[in-house]
Amino acid sequence: MRFRAKIVDLACLNHFSRVINTIAKLAKTCTLRLTVSKLYFILSDKVANGGVSMWCELCQGNFFDEFQMEGVAAEHNEIYLELVPENLSRALKTAQSAKAVKIKLTNKHCPCLRVAVELPSLSSSSRIVTHDIPVGIIPRRLWNDFREPSVPDFDVSIYLPVLKTMKSIVERMKNLSNSIVIEANLSGEMNLKIETDLVSVTTHFKDLGNPAWASEDGCQSSAQDRDLESMAEARIDIKKLQQLLAGQQVNPTKAMCNIVSKRIVHFILLHEDVSLQYFIPALA
Amino acid sequence: LSRIGDELYLEPTESGLSLRAVNSSRSAFASFLFAPLFFQLYEPGSHQPDRELVRCKVLMKSFLGVFRSLPSLEKMVGKCLILLKPRANRLVVQLHCKYGVTKTHNLAFQECELLQAVFDTQHCASSLRAPARVLVEAVVHFPQTLAEVTLGAGPGGKISLRNYVEDEAAPSKTMVTELRLAEDEFQTVAVTPGSHITFCLKEFRGLLTFAEASNLPLTIHYDAPGRPVIFTLEDTVLEVHLVLATLSDPESDLQPPTANGVSHLPAPSDDFADDLESYMIAMETSAYEDGPSGVPPSPTFPLCTPHPAESDPEEKEEGAVPGTPPHKKFRSLFFGSVLTPRGPSPAPTQEVLAEDSDGE
Repeated sequence: MRFRAKIVDLACLNHFSRVINTIAKLAKTCTLRLTVSKLYFILSDKVANGGVSMWCELCQGNFFDEFQMEGVAAEHNEIYLELVPENLSRALKTAQSAKAVKIKLTNKHCPCLRVAVELPSLSSSSRIVTHDIPVGIIPRRLWNDFREPSVPDFDVSIYLPVLKTMKSIVERMKNLSNSIVIEANLSGEMNLKIETDLVSVTTHFKDLGNPAWASEDGCQSSAQDRDLESMAEARIDIKKLQQLLAGQQVNPTKAMCNIVSKRIVHFILLHEDVSLQYFIPALA
Repeated sequence: LSRIGDELYLEPTESGLSLRAVNSSRSAFASFLFAPLFFQLYEPGSHQPDRELVRCKVLMKSFLGVFRSLPSLEKMVGKCLILLKPRANRLVVQLHCKYGVTKTHNLAFQECELLQAVFDTQHCASSLRAPARVLVEAVVHFPQTLAEVTLGAGPGGKISLRNYVEDEAAPSKTMVTELRLAEDEFQTVAVTPGSHITFCLKEFRGLLTFAEASNLPLTIHYDAPGRPVIFTLEDTVLEVHLVLATLSDPESDLQPPTANGVSHLPAPSDDFADDLESYMIAMETSAYEDGPSGVPPSPTFPLCTPHPAESDPEEKEEGAVPGTPPHKKFRSLFFGSVLTPRGPSPAPTQEVLAEDSDGE
């Protein structure tokens, strides 16, 4: 099992750092899955996470100048690692002016991801900062726990409003209530509602647009037959929503959510070379 | 200085005004000596030649409160006068500002003993000198919350800085960051190959900020682990020393510590004249047991008092104040008289200089 990668381009490095920062805000510990062409940051829905799950996919070619990976075995050419993304985020934080960043999987005393940052200096040789981030190797028998979640059979799919606006609204609502109701319909309308003993606040968004999902075998027919005005809603933990919105450092190219009434809300945020899916289950 | 202690010690001497601070666990000491030339007017003492120069200490917070806002000070204040009024027990700081406004602050002070750490840069085996900027850039890679850092002279002439991980914590849980600097980033390098020293980052960062602001190179003197590390800054009118206790290496052999040639203070009790290093090891082993073995007697530290006749009961009080537990393994105190090697197993009732009341 080997892994080595190198980033030389500063723009790629900053982009990668931003992705890691976003992941770090969403999960304390997560799984990093490495394949020949992609990296995945995965959080599977355990009770400990409050039932949220996350799937983030990056094309390695868009970030790394060099990428070599040899998985556990020839027919299973992948590596699954458990790590604390905050560590990776910290390691990259002071690498903003780096000449190169190399990441390597090592096993000196224990498995680590060694991030070596080469920094410019006035002297003849560059400064090297190495960060050894401890990781856990996830054995093959557990890989099934980390499969890509399928798109749920949703009732409504709608594009999200401008994330910055949504974020500031949710942040203020967070002070008033622990849970928030997201409801939307197929006419591009979405409402964010909170209700407490003292006050109820609703923010209305319109003209958001609904993404068209290619119906594969009529399985989306439940959405198509739906009355355009009727709202699908789910009550979710407001902190989880706020975390998701606060973690976004760059505006996504596309941002949408799929609501399964009273069950789960599936958020999809797409950037050019990164896709992030986040599932927040509805509260009982 | 406020990063180190809660009290500011002022000592006017013939060679300048010395401002000092020490932290509660006596593991960090700093002194800033301003030469008379730094001041427009400098009168160290009363005009009676046989009267001792007054030394006093004030609360750091009160003193800092006078100089609270730096930008407004720069704009408004023309002159600052600092006066000691021993009879009124007041330290007077007068700010003469623009437009004829004079702000007078009367701070209460306490007379105190000389506060002086025992250290000697000449006897340090290794030293390094670098522009403050290089060290500031080095330290930025470590998180603000990091307590201890290890400086080492590594192979290939590289100087390394690494975060110190407690042995008790699982080594596979903590991220380790290491920075390697080439020797030519430093202005002077005179280190013992393979040497290393571990000290607390917080007070060091404080000094670095000052060094960077004043654009002075910083010199680091260190010796074996356990012996203090000394940071100095110098220019024509200012001499700064920061002395930090360092982590001793439990596995290393106990070398008989060298006498630093400073005045010996008769220790308050027999235990006291003991080898600090073996005492430190005693502390570390007792830390692994559950709970302290017997109540440690109230810690004192030997102050270097060249005029023992001066000391009055009040000053003994000061030394007897128990220190708050220092960072986990820093029990080393470097204020010391001559250290003599001790017998093999240290007694658990040995006087604790800075007890860790929580146990580890």
